[in-house]
Order: sequence, then C-alpha cells, then structure tokens
Amino acid sequence: MVDRMDRSPFAQWWWTIDRYLLASFVTLIVIGLVLSFAASPAVAERINADTFFFIKRHALFVIPSIAILVGCSFFSPRYVRRIALVALALGIVMLLLTLFIGQEVKGARRWITVAGISIQPSEIVKPAFIIIASWLFAEQHRRSELPGYLLATLLLAVVIGLLLAQPDVGQTLLTVLSWLAVFYVAGIRMLWIAGIGGIGVCGVYFAYITFPHVHARVDRFFAKPVAGPAKFASDNFQVQTALESFTNGGWFGRGAGEGTVKHILPDAHTDFVLAVLGEEFGILAVIALVSLFAFIVGRALWFAFSEDDPFIRLSVVGLATEFGVQAAINMAVNLHLMPAKGMTLPFISYGGSSMMSLAFGMGCLLALTRRRPQATRIVAPINGD
Amino acid sequence: MRNPFRRKPGPMTASDTSDVPEQTDHRPPRRKMLSGPRVIMTITAFAAIYGLIAAKLVMIGMASDDHAAALEVATRQVSASRPNIVDRNGEVLATDIRTSSLFAEPRHILDVDDAIDALSTVLPEMKQASFRSVIRSRLSTKAGFVWVKREISATEREKIHRLGLPGIGFIDENKRFYPNGPLASHVVGLVNVDNQGIAGMEKYLDDKTDLLKVNKDGKLPPEGLPPVKISIDMRVQHVVRDEVEEAVKKYHAVAGMGIVLDARTGEVLAMVSMPDFDPNDPKEALDKEHMNRDTAGVYEMGSVFKTFNSALTLDTGKVTLNDVYETRGGLTIGHQHISEFHGKGRPLTVPEIFLYSSNTGSARMALRAGAQAQHDFFDKVGFFRKLDTELPEEAMPRFPKRMSDISTATMAFGHGISVTPMHTAIVGAAMINGGVLFNPTFLPRTREQAMASAVQVIKPETSADVRYLFKINAAPPGSGTRAQVDGYRVGGKTGTAEKVDHGRYDHDKRRNSFLAAFPIDDPQYVVLTVLDEPKPEKEGASAVAGLNAAPTAGNIIRRIAPMLGVMPKFDPAQVTASSN
Repeated sequence: MVDRMDRSPFAQWWWTIDRYLLASFVTLIVIGLVLSFAASPAVAERINADTFFFIKRHALFVIPSIAILVGCSFFSPRYVRRIALVALALGIVMLLLTLFIGQEVKGARRWITVAGISIQPSEIVKPAFIIIASWLFAEQHRRSELPGYLLATLLLAVVIGLLLAQPDVGQTLLTVLSWLAVFYVAGIRMLWIAGIGGIGVCGVYFAYITFPHVHARVDRFFAKPVAGPAKFASDNFQVQTALESFTNGGWFGRGAGEGTVKHILPDAHTDFVLAVLGEEFGILAVIALVSLFAFIVGRALWFAFSEDDPFIRLSVVGLATEFGVQAAINMAVNLHLMPAKGMTLPFISYGGSSMMSLAFGMGCLLALTRRRPQATRIVAPINGD
Repeated sequence: MRNPFRRKPGPMTASDTSDVPEQTDHRPPRRKMLSGPRVIMTITAFAAIYGLIAAKLVMIGMASDDHAAALEVATRQVSASRPNIVDRNGEVLATDIRTSSLFAEPRHILDVDDAIDALSTVLPEMKQASFRSVIRSRLSTKAGFVWVKREISATEREKIHRLGLPGIGFIDENKRFYPNGPLASHVVGLVNVDNQGIAGMEKYLDDKTDLLKVNKDGKLPPEGLPPVKISIDMRVQHVVRDEVEEAVKKYHAVAGMGIVLDARTGEVLAMVSMPDFDPNDPKEALDKEHMNRDTAGVYEMGSVFKTFNSALTLDTGKVTLNDVYETRGGLTIGHQHISEFHGKGRPLTVPEIFLYSSNTGSARMALRAGAQAQHDFFDKVGFFRKLDTELPEEAMPRFPKRMSDISTATMAFGHGISVTPMHTAIVGAAMINGGVLFNPTFLPRTREQAMASAVQVIKPETSADVRYLFKINAAPPGSGTRAQVDGYRVGGKTGTAEKVDHGRYDHDKRRNSFLAAFPIDDPQYVVLTVLDEPKPEKEGASAVAGLNAAPTAGNIIRRIAPMLGVMPKFDPAQVTASSN
C-alpha cells in the first residue's frame, strides 16, 4: 500500500510507527464503544435521558480521540516535548481557574466550562506533566548545570498541590506514582527511594486523616461486606455489586444485553464498565482485556529498556506507567482489591476529557516509540540543541 | 523472546566511529547500566500487579462455578426422572408428572420488595405478612439459588413469566403421582418433594438399583426409564384392602393386616396394612398410625404358631400324629402356669391339639421335641433375624435371649416371641408347600429363580401332615370353619393372642390372626389376615379369631381365587350336602 521508497510524512509514519501498539489502542477504543452500547442505555434511562444519550456522546468523543491519537503520533520527539510544555502551562492555568470558577460536583471542583464544553484540566495536565518531568530528568543526565531533578520535584509539588486543592486524590496518586517511576528509572539512589517511600506512606496516611471521603472509603474497604441492599449508591455498594456481577457472569458471561448490574450501578458506564463486561461477556473476556492492557504496558516498557536516549526512555516509562497504573487501579477497584477510587478504564470508560487526554498521552507514546534512524535518534544532543 | 525494538547494527553504531565520532560520546553508558535493570524492575512490578488482577478473576470464576453448581444440583435433583412402577400385569402404580417450580437467584433481583409485590399479584399468599417476611429474608441473601414456591400451576407459571422479573425463573420438575392413591402405599412407598424415594419400593429404587444413576450421569434415555414391575397384583391388592378395611370397620379394630403370597415362589401378591395413607399426600405417611405393620411391626402371633410347633415337632420324629398328650389341669413350669383356652378336659391327640388349639398340649409337644430343636427351627426359618425383602421398612423380631423350659413352652403357642406378619406368612407358606422356605420378594420371579435361593426347612412328609392339620381345622368343628370357601378347599390356623398392656396380658385386648392356604390339597397361595383389637360383632358374642380374622380371610379367598385362576373342585358329597 505504501512504498518503502516513498518519503512522504505519511509513508515515513507508516513504516516507523509501532503498529502493534496502535492496533491495541484502536482495539481498546472499539471495545469501549461496544461496551457503551451495553452499559450506558441503562444509566441514561435512570437519569431520564435519551436512551442513546451516552452512546452518541461516546461516539462523538471517539472521533476526535482517534484524530488526536494518530495526529500526535506524527510528532517528532522534540515536538512532543514542545506541545507537552504548552499543554502543561495551559493545564496549570486551568487548574488554578477551577479553584475559582469550577463547578462543584460531589464536593470537588474538577471541571471548568470553556466555550460551552466541560473540561477536566487535570486530564490535560497528567500526560503533559509526565513528559516535561521526564525531560527535566533527562536534561540533568546531559547538562549537570540544569538542576533537572530539583525542577521536576518542584513541578510535582505545584501539580499535586493544585490537584489536592480540588481535591482529586486519585489523580494525585496516579501522578505521583508515574513521577516516581520516571525518577526511579532515571537513576535515583536507593537511599532516596527509601526516603520517598517513607514520604509516600506519610502522604497516604495524611490523605487518610485529612480527606473524609478517603477515610470513609478505606474504612469501608476493610469493613466486612454488608448483606442486603442497605447502602444504595455508596461506593461500597458499587464495589460489592461489581464483584457480584463477575460471579453472575461466570467464565463465559450471561450474554450481550443480559446483564443486570448496569441497572443498579450509577457508574456502570464509567468506573464500573469492567463489571458490565464481566457480567455480559464473562471472566475470560475480562482476562483477555487485562492481557491487552498488560501487553501495551509491557511492550512500551520493553521499548524503553532497549532505548538509549534518556528523554525518550524516561517519558515512555512515565506515559506507560501512567496508562498501566490507571488501568490497574480501575480494575483493582472493580475486583475489590483496593479501596474505591474514581479512575476511568483507559479508552473504555465513558468520559470525553479522559479519553482525549489518553489519546494525547498515548499519541505521544506512539510518536516516541517510532523507529528512528540512528542519526535522528538523539533529539537533544549534549552539545547544543 | 525477540526484542521487537532492537535495531540491527547499522553504519552509525558506536563501533563505527569514522563518520560520526561524537555519537559514542553522547551515550551515558553508566546510566544505562543503572537504569536498564530498573526498567526491567518496572516491568516486573506491572507483571505482578496484572497477574494479581488475573488471579483474582480466576478465583471469582471458580467461585461462580460453585454458584452455577447450586442451580445445576437443584435442577438435577428436582427433575430426577423415576421409572414408572407397575404391578405384575403392567398396571401403573406410580408415575411421573411434569410440573414447574418457581426459584429465584437473589443476586439478580433488582429490588426485593418490587419483586415480591409483583409475585403477590399472581400468588396471593405472598400478601400475608408472615409469608412475605419469610420470602423477603430468603431473597435478601446473596445466594445463587433459592426456592420461592414448589409445584405451581401452568397458569401461575404463565402469569409470572409475563411479569418479566429478572432473577426469577422456573425449573421443570417431575412430580410423582400415584394414580391408585393408598391402594398399595406400603409396598410402593413414596418420594419427597425432590422426587427422591423415602419409603417402600421407591426408596429401594434409589438405594439398591442403578436405575436412577442415569439422572446423575444425565444419560436419560429419550423414551424414559423402563418401568419397574413389582410382584403385587393390583386386583388382589384391591380385594385384600377392601376386605381388611371392611373388617376393621365391622369389628371396630384399631388396625388390620392382610398378606397374600404365592406359596410356590414367595412372591408377595398383596400386602395391606390398615390404616394406610395416600402417598400423594406425603404428610399422611408421617403419621405413626400409618406405619407398615406387615414388615415393620413385630407381634406375638399367638396360636398361629401352633402350625410351626406342629411342623417342627413332627419333623424331629419324636412326635407323631398319633401321639396323645395330657391337657387337663394345664401345665406348671416353675412359677408359670399354662392354662387351656378351650379346655376339653381329656388327653388329646396331636391333630386334636391343633384343632382345639390346646396350649398345654402344644407346650408338651415342644418339650418332647426339645428346646434345642425349637431353637434350631426358629433360627432356620428366620424368626431370629430381619426379613430380607426389597422394602427398607423391616423390623427385628423379639425373642428370649436365653432358652428355658418356660420360653420353649410359651413359644410353642406363639407367646414370648414377636415376629412380623410377613415372617409368619412366608414360614406358613413353607409349612404347606413341601417344606421349602423362600425369601419373600416384591419383585416378580419364576419358580426356577425362587427355587435357586430356597431352603428346605422341613421334610415334605411333615409338610403333608401340616396340610392335613390345616384341612381338618377349616372344617367343622375346626376354628377356621368360617374361612372355608366352597370349592376352593381352604385350610388354615387361627390365632387369638392376648395383647400385652402395661407389661401384663390383657384378657380383653386381642390380636387375632388367621393363616390360610388354598387349595389345601395342592397349596398355591397363602393368605394371612390380622386384626388388632377386634370387638365382638354383636354384644355378648365372642371376639376370637375364628369369628373375625377367619371369615375375613375367607372373604378374600372367595374373591381372589377365581382371579388367580384356581379351579374350584367340588366333591360329590359336598355338592349334595349344599344342594340340600
């Protein structure tokens, strides 16, 4: 279809893109669209919206998401870094704005409306921050005069400060974990790891005693499940119900459209879409999906392992970790392996900001994992840029 | 694993520094050494996390198998298909009818109260507060399977189906139906609500045959299980039940029993124990009064035992039909005194002892033959052990632990030893059929099959003597005269046993029995009737066996002999006598 001798940008993209990763992302998006047909009509009917309200919106998000995913994958590593810097600056400004003009939903200010569109700025900041942090770490490798580690740490402080102010403990956790993965691979000393580990434990404890909803969720996680339909709409109820839906589904599921969990779970189309998958298509289908996520993370990290360029290696580790941890947290919550945490399943759950943010992050990942000839591999030569 | 990203060494690798020498300097080799393993560590961490998630999924999957298994087990149990039970002529005694039962999977029910409200529009009993709370608590669990109501009608099923409730479903059940109701309830037995046999031949099918194994294996033949034929003859069973029921009513007895055996094979053609129950209403079967007295009850059979006493003593050769025994003044052994029932006030011959049912004479015969001979005989015919029929309801006889003269003397006339009526009937058959003891059976068998496991317990000549005794006893002045049926040559022995009440024999409470065989010149069938506590038919009359148990047996024989193909035979003298 495309000649190897063709030197057009598309031809170059076609021959250098990692098609396995690209296909995996597209597969996830398609699965998400299919599951939206299964899960969201029930939710829409419950809130008295049009039956296909969420499906239409989901489909509407899919088109720009694929465009962003593919579009970003055309970038060169240098351009990835620049666009991330712009996105980060924009995101931080919007994060600040949410504190003042954000809509308060369930006790948190996470959304702002720009030109009639609701945006969750934390979603923009997440991938941009990790790329810039990776760049700062990589810079210290090359030019010791730039205090990259310090700047990256300060940047982290700013971002998590803003996220906690909303408050958004889930995104904070995800951001810190991704940053730590990058820092770890960048070559942090083991002593520091111990120290940061200590701070992390303190931080979790701090979150536990500071935020009432975190406190309650953790307590409920360790509490014995309450029998009967006592606590409707509580997150523990959601988790218990999700867990039962997997049991209902069994290995092969009850069949498409046969699920009942979607009628009860308020977040069946977002955070608990995995439970809908489990009930209707079975545990084997869920395991297949888990394997697909694991494949994406593993393949990206393996690329990082064999990549020599510090910026590319670190940002790939950061983006892959962010993606992998987000998926793992969502699945672990669905399976009652950890306390409830509002976290979407990447590319599968309903949610425009989340999906486009992921498309941006994974588009950048695709751009960074493109095969490059040796000459252009080092995007930031030590002796001047 | 091959690294998909690893590049082939090209012209610009570190080893080729001639073109772009600075390339090698850009590398941070130390960092790479350090961070390479750390990327691997990161991959390992992710592998662990995703592995954990997959493991949890597998655990849930295996748990879901258990839940699915609960439903499957229930389905298998209730839909357990049973073979028809038919009588020896192929008439149906028990069959399966398909019904539906309502179950719930509480985990799938969206709102328990809504579901109960909807169900109560079809099942009005759910509106009752007490019933509702029971159902509510049952549905509020997280179980995979609970019953809501068993055996609903087709209309109810259709209406509930139309409610379209999630988590509510139906299982087709096989419900056992007994078209003849109580007719042969103690033989056929019954099943529980899960269609599992709990009594009689139904339980035998579950426990002793592999017929029902097909339910577990799921290899049910499409045409259903082959019917199980039992030895009962429904026509004979009907007559026996009819007559025993009538006798219980007529003589105000508390219970009545009737057994018809084929004397040549040991097959049970009819077995009745009144009061009985309708197996279609399992609650009735639980009533202790409705027990199967024929095989699960043991009784002192009284004078009927004189049949066995005569046989065993004659068989030893120490006693002959011509011997004469003193009967006057009774018999005192130690502190016990045996007195006469119908005292004749003179020494009696052996046939006279039988005819007049002399206790003293029987006791003397037994003592003459010896305690050991009696013990050996009772042991040989099975009076010291349970029956071995197909029925699970079998009682252990009661007998003295130690032999003594007094126990030998009383057992000679059927006291001090308790056996089931079935014991009495099958040993009675052996006494008149040439001395062959069969194991009684409720399954049809041929003469050859019967003989294969039969035991010769007395000499054929002794058996002929017993037939002679039976014959004279059923003709005037014998006690069994009222059992006689013209042409069918009935022979038999009565038994009037005083019942033990509060540890003492009560003279007013009797258990009467009649052991009969016909035609006595070539016995084919044995009939045993027992009436528990019969009252005199008329005020002031006697209530001895000859006046109630014997005529009941006679009535039975009168009706069943033609059915069984027994040819009537009239000797000319008798015909002349009756025509006069």
